[in-house]
Amino acid sequence: MSAASHDAHHAHEEHEDHGEAHGSLKDYVIGFVLAVILTAIPFWLVMGNVLPNAQMTAVAVMGLAVIQVLVHMIYFLHMNSRSEGGWTLLALMFTLILVIITLSGSLWVMHNLNTHMMPTTAHDMQQMP
Amino acid sequence: MASQAHALTEADKNRFYLTKEHHPENGTLLGFWIYLMSDCLIFAVLFACYAVLGRNYAAGPSGADLFDLQLVAINTGLLLLSSITYGFAMISAQAKKVKPVLIWLGITGLLGLGFLSLELYEFHHLIQEGAGPQRSAFLSSFFVLVGTHGLHVTFGIIWLVTLMVQVAQRGLGAEMKRRLMCLSMFWHFLDVIWIGVFSFVYLLGVLK
Repeated sequence: MSAASHDAHHAHEEHEDHGEAHGSLKDYVIGFVLAVILTAIPFWLVMGNVLPNAQMTAVAVMGLAVIQVLVHMIYFLHMNSRSEGGWTLLALMFTLILVIITLSGSLWVMHNLNTHMMPTTAHDMQQMP
Repeated sequence: MASQAHALTEADKNRFYLTKEHHPENGTLLGFWIYLMSDCLIFAVLFACYAVLGRNYAAGPSGADLFDLQLVAINTGLLLLSSITYGFAMISAQAKKVKPVLIWLGITGLLGLGFLSLELYEFHHLIQEGAGPQRSAFLSSFFVLVGTHGLHVTFGIIWLVTLMVQVAQRGLGAEMKRRLMCLSMFWHFLDVIWIGVFSFVYLLGVLK
């Protein structure tokens, strides 16, 4: 393909998704406002001791983190099912599956090992070299 | 009959591929995305490490003793702001305005530097207190995870300065935009990782 035809092709594409290829101002502002809210709430929950127990706070913080990751993906990284003919989404899904296997597998195996360990007290640890 | 079938496949094609093509079809952005996914796996492994080791204090200090949430909140704010200023740089790049691009990239770089110096201050403070990476498994995994993120930000800033010089010298051609787009993905990706760090490491770390 010659450089000229490539340029023409490129210009044509830019025309097609004008204002979308790099996200519009509106996208960024919406994303930013959502991100600020989703950041402020977990900090407020933890620093202000808002919820009755730590377990609930932990679940809320992680839930909000997942939502914020999605917000960043959509508004800042401009993820959608169409980009690159769906290949970016496919790569993301594959990675997410690997991430889930890695995280849950590590926790599961190590938890299993820990429950089979002899109990160690803090005093024992301090005596260790 | 044959032409009808042809029209159908054409319509299907339109529906699945041509409604609105997102990126230029040069493969670089998809390749860079796949690099980011592999980077994501590195962080996943480090997060898994921290998840396993994060409560092994070896009778040393815990996250609740060490973490200064106000500092982390400021850091998070800096990184978040740098994300939107990079977005503004991209919008200016779309409009082919060199000077605003340089200004926004400069602001992004300064915010990144602010983030990095606060993180280094925190690390220095922890090591001064005797809570260095060799103190416990918790601190080892903490320093590796947060340090790897910091290293990424460092290289992001070096890359950003390089691009600023290139934009100033060569203007905003198609390949310049492609480079800016790659760094944009990298920068926003680091922000996504930071969400995991501040939620999982810092906020859950100070919970009892």
